Amino acid sequence: MQNLGIDVLFKGTNFVRLLSGLWVAVRISLISVIISIVLGLVVGALMTSKNRILKVIFRIYLEIVRIMPQMVLLFIVYFGTTRVFGWNLEAEVSAILVFSFWGIAEMGDLVRGALISIPKIQYESAMALGMDGKQIYYHVILPQTIRRLIPLSINLITRMIKTTSLVMMIGIVEVLKVAQQIIEANRRSSPNAAFGIFAVVFLLYFLICWPISKLSVYLEKRWS
Amino acid sequence: MENSLLSIKNLHKEFDRNTILKGINLKLNKGEVIVIIGPSGCGKSTLLRCLNGLEDIQGGEIYLGGKLLQKNAKDISSMRQKIGMVFQSYDLFPHKTVLENILLAPVKVQKRKRAEVEAEAMELLERVGLADRKNDYPRQLSGGQKQRIAIVRALIMHPEVLLLDEITAALDPEMVHEVLQVVLDLAKSGSTMLIVTHEMAFAKAIADRVLFFEHGEIVEESHAPKAFFERPQTERARQFLKSFEY
Repeated sequence: MQNLGIDVLFKGTNFVRLLSGLWVAVRISLISVIISIVLGLVVGALMTSKNRILKVIFRIYLEIVRIMPQMVLLFIVYFGTTRVFGWNLEAEVSAILVFSFWGIAEMGDLVRGALISIPKIQYESAMALGMDGKQIYYHVILPQTIRRLIPLSINLITRMIKTTSLVMMIGIVEVLKVAQQIIEANRRSSPNAAFGIFAVVFLLYFLICWPISKLSVYLEKRWS
Repeated sequence: MENSLLSIKNLHKEFDRNTILKGINLKLNKGEVIVIIGPSGCGKSTLLRCLNGLEDIQGGEIYLGGKLLQKNAKDISSMRQKIGMVFQSYDLFPHKTVLENILLAPVKVQKRKRAEVEAEAMELLERVGLADRKNDYPRQLSGGQKQRIAIVRALIMHPEVLLLDEITAALDPEMVHEVLQVVLDLAKSGSTMLIVTHEMAFAKAIADRVLFFEHGEIVEESHAPKAFFERPQTERARQFLKSFEY
């Protein structure tokens, strides 16, 4: 069997560089996920409002996010808006903006779905016990909503982490880009590095996402 | 007149241009048990929901202990604490255990001491025969057990009046009895109740007063339930009761 090219990983600081690239990807997704969850809860609650205009606005927002490929959004924000509006956006900030824009919409839709799936009788029986609006949401509706939400939102979170691999297209040096650089630099000495290094990248993504989806399965079982 | 606990004056309720309640007048005295019977869709459940401020009303007034009850008024939450209600569908909070379900409102809403409420909860659970299920989740209970817990959850608020909205209608027949037995015991201990039910034998046994509802009106009212069930005065009530015979 041919050499798999994993040895390149242990040359110089290659492995550390790869890990720092991974941290860039994780940092972008972590910040975006936190923003998405917080604002998604608000947007989701607003989506259930009876206000027609609000409903239409969020509908359009959600459709845009669903239809538009994330890479196009990244390009518009990073290459497009910076020129047109003359502002100076860092690539990482652009990435966080785009990922949050996407995450808030999808998270909002998940929250909306979870909220409307709580039967009306839950609100009414809480009211009948003399609870006011805040108490009903805090003690009765929110805990049930979050339970329904967690498996769904974890799926969204892992999708967001995986999609950060796109940000190298706007010049961010994240794990995939570092991998490419390492492979390029060692093209002559280890032509097989493409296999070994990308396999390691795959493994790194797996190590991040797998515990998260395991957690979701665990929570789902515990609360079913 | 003034010692009636709950008094309803000329209550009107419309929904999508249909009139559901056509001017109901009713007074419920302390310790009295009123049973409302009537065909489906006659407005009896809607009446109970109005009494707890769960429905908008289009006319009339509801007084509890002399105080006007209004759905959107600021004091509606404190008014509702005086009115216990148990619904047809099992309405326990699924993410809380039996004990947590019972303690939630007295501790968080009435701000009573947890230890004191818990002792009372255990007493009530003992009374309905479910003390050993206090740490179970609702999904682990049968329908009849859930309804008995729902009754305890309402009782622990010390309501002045208890509204029971067809609480056995969604139960398997063999579970109806255990729930109704609890309600009968409550009546014996002097609870004031307004009950909507399709269980005629139960109605006859428990009622101090029977109301026969149809098309949003009280068609017949009787202070002598036994006589009512044997010889209803109106033709419509007679027809209705006949539908329960085979």
